Formats: sequence, C-alpha cells, structure tokens
Amino acid sequence: MNKFLTTTAVIALALAGAHVSARAADVKEVQMLHWWTSGGEAAALNVLKEDLSKEGFAWKDVPVAGGGGDAAMTALKAMVAAGTYPTASQMLGYTVLDYAEAGVMGDLTETAKKEGWDKSVPAALQKFSVYDGKWVAAPVNVHSVNWLWINKAVMDKIGGSEPKTFDDLIALLDKAKAAGVIPLALGGQNWQEATMFDSIVLSTGGPEFYKKAFNDLDEEALKSETMKKSFDNLAKIVKYVDPNFSGRDWNLATAMVIKGDALVQVMGDWAKGEFVAAKKTPDTDFLCYRFPGTDGSVIYNSDMFGMFNVPDDRKAAQVALATATLSKSFQSAFNVVKGSVPARTDVPDTDFDACGKKGIADLKAANEGGTLFGSLAQGYGAPPAIANAYKDVVSKFVHGQIKSSDEAVTQLVQAIDDAR
Amino acid sequence: MSTVATTDPVLTPGQASGISLRSRLQDALPKIVLAPSFVITLIFVYGFIVWTAYLSFTNSKTFPSYQLTGARAYQRLWRWTFESDPPSSWYTSITNMAIFGFLYVGICLALGLLLAILLDQKIRGEGLLRPIFLYPMALSFIVTGVAWKWFLDPGLGLEQTLHHFGWTSFHFDWIKNKDFVIYTVVIAGVWQASGFVMAMFLAGLRGIDGEIMKAAQIDGASPLQLYRRIVIPLLRPIFLSAFIVLAHMAIKSYDLVVALTSGGPGGSAWLPSNFMYEYTFKRNEMAVGSASAIIMLMTISAIIVPYLYSELKEKAR
Repeated sequence: MNKFLTTTAVIALALAGAHVSARAADVKEVQMLHWWTSGGEAAALNVLKEDLSKEGFAWKDVPVAGGGGDAAMTALKAMVAAGTYPTASQMLGYTVLDYAEAGVMGDLTETAKKEGWDKSVPAALQKFSVYDGKWVAAPVNVHSVNWLWINKAVMDKIGGSEPKTFDDLIALLDKAKAAGVIPLALGGQNWQEATMFDSIVLSTGGPEFYKKAFNDLDEEALKSETMKKSFDNLAKIVKYVDPNFSGRDWNLATAMVIKGDALVQVMGDWAKGEFVAAKKTPDTDFLCYRFPGTDGSVIYNSDMFGMFNVPDDRKAAQVALATATLSKSFQSAFNVVKGSVPARTDVPDTDFDACGKKGIADLKAANEGGTLFGSLAQGYGAPPAIANAYKDVVSKFVHGQIKSSDEAVTQLVQAIDDAR
Repeated sequence: MSTVATTDPVLTPGQASGISLRSRLQDALPKIVLAPSFVITLIFVYGFIVWTAYLSFTNSKTFPSYQLTGARAYQRLWRWTFESDPPSSWYTSITNMAIFGFLYVGICLALGLLLAILLDQKIRGEGLLRPIFLYPMALSFIVTGVAWKWFLDPGLGLEQTLHHFGWTSFHFDWIKNKDFVIYTVVIAGVWQASGFVMAMFLAGLRGIDGEIMKAAQIDGASPLQLYRRIVIPLLRPIFLSAFIVLAHMAIKSYDLVVALTSGGPGGSAWLPSNFMYEYTFKRNEMAVGSASAIIMLMTISAIIVPYLYSELKEKAR
C-alpha cells in the first residue's frame, strides 16, 4: 500500500508541477500551506506570524503557485500521499473530512478542551472541524454568502430603499433599469451563479427548505415545486444582468458596484474586502443588506486550518498554531481585514465596521436559532462532486442550455444522484 | 588505420582482451546511455497509462482506491454521451473536440499552405514577413488565450473599438455565446499555429527540385496545374507531419480554453482535457476522470495507429 501511495505522490507531483521537497522538518517551525497571497490576506496572516514568533516558532510558507486554491489542493494531495505532512493547511469544508477519513489528520482534542472551543465555535462549523469526536481543524473565519452589496449613491439617485422581499428586489432592479444603470452586477462563472442561487433558494423556500434540499440533499425537496419556483426566481433576476457578464471575475463585478456602473451585487462578504480596499465605508458609500427574505439565517462558508498528523516533536508547534488561530485577538484582527467574521461567537465586535457588526450579530443569532447553513455553492453543503454537479446545473440554466425550471429540477436531481 | 596495421601482427593476450573490452563497451554504450530514459519513459508513460486504466475501473474519489468496482465510470460517460438533453458536459466536450479538431487542423493546413505558396513567389521582404507569421508560435497558449480574450470581449476589444469609430451596428459576441464560443477557440488556435505550418510548407516547397517544375512548365502546365498536380502531391510527407503536430496540439489544448473562455458560459467551451482535469482534480471523481482519459487515448489511437502502420509498411517496402 505504501508503495502505491508513493507512486501516487510521484504522479501527482508530476501533474501538479509542484516542487515540494521532502526535507527534515524543523521542530520549532510551523509549516503552512495556504493560498492567501493578495495584499489584504497576507497582511491579515502577518498577525498570526507575529503571534507565533513571540512564542518562538518560526513560520514557513509551503510555496504553492496560483491562487484560488486548486493548485494548493493538488500540491497538498501530493504531499500527503508522499507522507511529508505540513503542520497545517488552509482547507475548505468537505476537504477536511476527506482527509480525516483518509486518516492523516492530527488530534487537537486536548487543546480544544483546554481552550473551550466546544462552546465558542458554532456547532455548524464543528461539523467540519471535528471528525469522529476529534478536533482535526481550527476554523479561522466565517464568511456568509447571503448578502446584497449596494452602491449608496446609485440607490439615492433612483430613490430606492432596502428590499424586504424578493418582489421588492425585483421592483428595485426595475427602478435601476429605468434610470439607465446596470441593475445587477454578476460574473458569469458557475460558482458565482450558484452562490447567488443559494440565497434565492433560502429566500424562496425558507430555512427549513434550504437545509433539507442543500444540506441533507433530500430528494423530495430537490424535486419539489419550491425548487422549481427558486429556478423561476433565478430566471427573473438574471434578466437584470448586462449582456456582457459571461466569464467575468467576481471582483470585476464588485468593481462595477463600487464605481456606480451597477446598483447591486449578490456575493459573499469577501466582496466587502474590495469595498474597503477602495477606501469606501459602509452606510456612507455602500450598503450591506441580507438577501431579501433571508434575514435571520446565515449561509456560511469558513476557512479552516486543517491540522495534520505530525510526529510528536513537531506537535508543540502545531498546538501553538491552533491556539493562536482561535485566540480572540487574532480572530478579531484577521477578520477585520478579511471582511469575514470570527469563527467563535464570543469575540467582541468593537473593531468591526457596521457590516461586520451586523455579520457578527447575525452569526450569533443564526447559531442560537439553528439557522446557520453550509453553502452548497461554496463546498459546505455537500462534497465537491455534488457541489460541482449543482453548479453545472445552475450555470447551464443561467446560460440557457437548460430552458425550463422543470428541466432544471430533473437535471439537478439526476446530477446529484450521479455524483453520490 | 596505421596504428591498427602496426599492432596487427603480434597480439599479446592482454591487448586482445583490452580491445575486445573496449569494443564491447562501445557496443554497449548506446544501450547504457539510453537505458535510464528508456526506463523512465516506460514507467512514466506506459506504466501510468496502465495505472490510469486500472483506476478507471475502481471507485477512486479523492485518492486512488484499488478496489475494482467494474465499469461504472464508463457507464456514466456512456449515458452522458447519449441520454441527456440538454447535453451533458462530457457530450459537450467531445462534440467540441470534433468541431475544434476538424476546423483547427483543416484551417491551419489550408492557411499554412496558402501563405507558404504566396511567400514562395519570390516577393520582396520575405525575410521580414516570415518571422511575422511564425512568431505567434513562440507564445504560449495562455498568452494567446488572454490576448484574444481581451480582443474578442464585446466590452473591451473589437466591438467596443468599432463602436468608438462610429460603426455602432457592429456586433460580435461569440466569446460570450454558448453556441459560438468554441469557434473563438478555433480562431485563436489558428492564429497561433498557421504560421508554424506555413514554415513547414515553405521548407517543403524549397526542397522541391526546380528541374521538375521547369520540365512541367515546358510541357505547358499552367501555374494552377503545376501546384495541383506536382507541388502539392510532392508535399505529402509535410502534410502528414503537420497533421500529426496539429492533431496532438488540438487534443492537448486545455490551457487555451481556460485562458480564453474560462470554460465558456455554462461550460460550453470544454474539451475532453478540461473534463478530465475537472473531474479528476477538482471534483474528486478520479475514476470518472480516468475513464475519460482512457477514452481520449483510445480515440487518439484509432487515428494515429493506422497512420503509423501505413507509414511503417511503406518504409519497409
């Protein structure tokens, strides 16, 4: 078996073109694989590096070229197969569970008990950071997906107000259209379309329905009239997109709202990072509302540091990393910059801006009310095979390969069934 | 030679074995030098082909699994090929491959030949024109893709520019259109490779014996007849090598699709290579990805093997 794994490692390495050297690890060093390379993200990570250096641990980035995480995940696969585990790696949702199932994750339960993570980290996140009763990952943040980002100047110009229902939103988009502004900024990539559809399903069917359909993958729910209605609503809202949207990156869509070319974008709170980077402030330059009809619920994704099964002499560095990651000071400092909210519900919101404060309050309420759901589009609703099958269907519907909502529902059920 | 002559008459046993060792070494040297690369190729090409074929019959997901579970992956691909409306990603990929492969190879050959024939008319400035046509080949598919992405984008490139100059009725949005996006991949691919094909044909044209041409001209052949009956048939080997080069470039073009279209609206620009990468590495469905890779391999073999066979047979004759 080991020989096979080594072979796997060699082929994966060759395919990824990643150069990961299997060198002896320094025990006073934290080896970290991540794809946070943009200015804000790197600055946010520096906080963690400094925290660790105070305790005498050096920081070593495992080099991975290419953003977005795909290249990093391929390199990680190769490293793990070769048995040279990094101390920790940035991971998303079901990936953590995949690796835990493969038996390569470490065990941080002792630290977790001592630090009281069980109580402070929302149960929905624990589903991904705890495997088989053991803590295997440290959540870094919570992004929530069901937001509207609105340019305030444009909103004032067209005389709009916060949309409370889906129909309000359509009326607002109509107003923008009449005023000659692009109503909806959307990037025509499948994950962006599916991210928006996550919100539409929650808005159309309510929290119970979202959970049943997109977290439990209940076939009745997936086939239901409500799901058809969600696709109809998607068709309605897509009409407000400019004709040139296909293939556009999400940050370019955000830039359209920032510049006032477009009124609104439906996007996760990483969009706030773009507004902040453009020196815009909430409530004066831009507005953040929950997607109409989803107030009180949060569709989330979360960045996690997956902790690998390192030898005992490197364990101290790993524990230090995990403790620092979940410390209140780091959670606050990091998430102020990143645009997300802390992964524990007991962090004070003093340093956050208006949208951040709202995000923290919403997360707390959703956690207590049981309305915190993993985003299917972002890999927290189901494993990658299913999440991607879902994104395919939504994207084909948006771009007209699938023509009716009946057809879309049939396709969705079949695609999810295939990928199971 | 003189040294051989002087040592020839009396050979001590030591000398004899020395020479035979040397000559044996000389005989073995090519094999010794070739052995590592032979082994590496054997393992990393053919070994992994076998490995991939094995994986396609397992239930491998994120990591390879070695438990055989039958041809489920192939059944899925098969069903996706014939039983799905709207077309599945796999169906889209293989029809795109047919469209792209046929047009890309066909247009490149035709355009390359035409350019070569025109350049061969002893025109002035050939030295300048040749590299201009050839240089797109020096760019990677990624660069070509990004450049053409901007050029074809209705909001940035051609359409916007012509609107700016006053031709506001001009409309060209293929790159954003699910039905036409694959043709933009053909455009960018042809732009890149036709100059290279031209260079191959030009070399071939220059290699044709002038005497034959003169003889044909004396016999009263028109230029058109000259090319149709003599030049183009003589270029047959060049056609074949150009075809092989273009065909394998068409089959492996993954990066062009990604850079130019990022997969196209709703995945409508996918080629089988995109499908294979997506399923194997992004969707953690290694078995399905492997099955698609094996089908690609079989398709290529179906084209290449008969060709190689006929070529080798001809050589042997």
